[in-house]
Amino acid sequence: MALARRSSTLLKPLSAASSSSSFLHRRPFSTDDTTTITVETSVPFTGHNCEPPSRSIDTTPKELMSFFTDMALMRRMEIAADSLYKSKLIRGFCHLYDGQEAVCIGMEAAITKKDCIITAYRDHCIFLGRGGKLLESFAELMGRQGGCSRGKGGSMHFYKKEACFFGGHGIVGAQVPLGCGLAFAQKYRKEDHVTFAMYGDGAANQGQLFEALNMAALWDLPAILVCENNHYGMGTAEWRAAKSPAYYKRGDYVPGLKVDGMDAFAVKQACKFAKEHALKNGPIILEMDTYRYHGHSMSDPGSTYRTRDEISGVRQERDPIERLRKLILAHDLATEKELKDIEKLARKEVDEAISQAKESPMPDESELFTNVYRKGYGVESFGADRKELRATLP
Amino acid sequence: MASIFQGIGAATSLSSSTLFDSKKLQLCSRRSLSERKTSFVVVRAAGAKMDGGSSGIGGRADQLVTNAVATKADTPAAAAAASKPGHELLLFEALREGLEEEMERDARVCVMGEDVGHYGGSYKVTKGLAPKYGDLRVLDTPIAENSFTGMGIGAAMMGLRPIIEGMNMGFLLLAFNQISNNCGMLHYTSGGQFKIPVVIRGPGGVGRQLGAEHSQRLESYFQSIPGIQMVACSTPYNAKGLMKAAIRSDNPVILFEHVLLYNLKETIPDEEYVLNLEEAEMVRPGEHVTILTYSRMRYHVMQAAKTLVNKGYDPEVIDIRSLKPFDLHTIGNSIKKTHRVLIVEECMRTGGIGASLTAAISENFHDYLDAPIVCLSSQDVPTPYAGTLEEWTVVQPPQIVAAVEQLCR
Repeated sequence: MALARRSSTLLKPLSAASSSSSFLHRRPFSTDDTTTITVETSVPFTGHNCEPPSRSIDTTPKELMSFFTDMALMRRMEIAADSLYKSKLIRGFCHLYDGQEAVCIGMEAAITKKDCIITAYRDHCIFLGRGGKLLESFAELMGRQGGCSRGKGGSMHFYKKEACFFGGHGIVGAQVPLGCGLAFAQKYRKEDHVTFAMYGDGAANQGQLFEALNMAALWDLPAILVCENNHYGMGTAEWRAAKSPAYYKRGDYVPGLKVDGMDAFAVKQACKFAKEHALKNGPIILEMDTYRYHGHSMSDPGSTYRTRDEISGVRQERDPIERLRKLILAHDLATEKELKDIEKLARKEVDEAISQAKESPMPDESELFTNVYRKGYGVESFGADRKELRATLP
Repeated sequence: MASIFQGIGAATSLSSSTLFDSKKLQLCSRRSLSERKTSFVVVRAAGAKMDGGSSGIGGRADQLVTNAVATKADTPAAAAAASKPGHELLLFEALREGLEEEMERDARVCVMGEDVGHYGGSYKVTKGLAPKYGDLRVLDTPIAENSFTGMGIGAAMMGLRPIIEGMNMGFLLLAFNQISNNCGMLHYTSGGQFKIPVVIRGPGGVGRQLGAEHSQRLESYFQSIPGIQMVACSTPYNAKGLMKAAIRSDNPVILFEHVLLYNLKETIPDEEYVLNLEEAEMVRPGEHVTILTYSRMRYHVMQAAKTLVNKGYDPEVIDIRSLKPFDLHTIGNSIKKTHRVLIVEECMRTGGIGASLTAAISENFHDYLDAPIVCLSSQDVPTPYAGTLEEWTVVQPPQIVAAVEQLCR
């Protein structure tokens, strides 16, 4: 993915900048993928109607480092988006994903770009994970032409067709039937791929989710429903909204797995397990126990319905990036300074992308009428009265 | 295989000058009620492409024909020159024929809806398709409109071309979110990345004492959704043509059928044909007043037309067919000729298709009008069960006659 390229450029500034002896002895950590490191998940998986997978996961130093680098970039992007919003460059709704990065990183590690992902409005990092560029992301957030949806979608409408990322949806729960439709098409075409339909604990109470789950189970569609349970549906805690907050059990006859969503390796293992299951036996529900540090969106301070102690507690105990940092240091794959440098580089990249995005122009007036319809015959679109030529479609 | 007129792209790519000849419009197929029994004949120039509704321009660029015109069998000679006699069928069979031809032609076309598969469709539109194409291509869904509409849209995002059937249009209200946000808007919000080539179809309109909830006219609710097209079929001929055009269109199309029109019988051509989605149909050319209508009201209008002709009036009847966007070219030409407009629709007065059409005509053709636009719509009431009350809810022929007389005073 795009982020992998950066690890090679990572070497250049570090080797070029410093002439200290430590560099002569530096281990080439980012390219070593032969050594196997076995990692244990923080908590065991809990299964519903299925045998949970093993707690031990094999990984390589390369993967560990790439997880760290990618998560650092995502974290930086979201924090930068926070300040952009406060300086009114991003308007409307902006839902930030910081704290939940392990879910999308772990998922990407377990699947291919031909497997489909569809999610709701907290989609910036998932877009990045699918191969989206920082520039496209920031430009879209600021409503510029260079954005992934040409500035016409906004924060809640990031898509990347080539990478099978289907967005980016504003209405809670509506993406789950769409996700089952993606799985339907995969089955129709007899593809060996699966669809991950992501939703939150708030959406878990939507009727259309259960309708879609029924159909997916009925026709054995390769759909994996992933509940990113950050325990708050905007301002309502899960226990106040759901009679049974055990979302992985809500599928009844559909098997489920509860996963520690702050542990990237647990997520990776669960997604691998789920993909194998879905291709053979139809749908499965994954509940990712995760947490968001920001409020529901930028207009929500996030502290009226939960205590600051709780937020800082999670940050101390369960932060996904910190967990990786400890793992990397424990296995002696990099020094503290090197990790800090990675984070600094992430910050630099994000700042560069933002300044580039700021230079991207606002969409042209004619863009108002493009992409409303798709005719495909090189015809002219007249608008509702067909009298005045509005635009010539590509 | 007979050459096919790709209605969608071609006609709209025409420059204004070629389509506005009202004389040519008169030569378009006339499908008035009283003349239904006559077989429809297409006069073809050698190698010309047959088409249904327009003045004959179009098709793919390499087979452009400028004056293949569809006309009635005025003379026996013309009838003799016609290629084939055509075949007679009912409207629901015409829909099925169109659907089957498209499923045969493109493996990505699939149908989903309640009871479309093994049961054969509640109005028999999909009868026989499931045994032929399998359960996945003709999918029996559970009663979950919101999610199976969403599923169809998701499948369309992946490249399939689903046809989503609502057993009754009214049930699609449950899927309004999916139709509005995901179906209509995804092409725009994704910056053009995804296209949603779905066809959402089903019977609607006021039937025979079906009750309020099963007699809804959803065209008025859906008309504001950006990014969708809406068409209403009214005869077996245009039902098949519009069905095929809707399936081939890369845009989401809502095809409104009417519960009471499924058993209409007509002879349609044997050759393959596709109609233009955005075009209106000239049913009966005239001089005194333009009557705009669609779906079932077309037949009430034609009934009234008989009375009007006896009284000495010459109404021009246009079946607008395309509810979104309106074919203001055809409508405008007619208004420029007659200077009086009567709209007869089945939607309710408030916020219906007629209301939008009135606004569109006022805005664009105000200078050509000699009288205010009159719009006859259904009453703003839930459709009652009692037969007499139900009759009074919709527009009846005597009201149309009275309105024309008033308008032409």
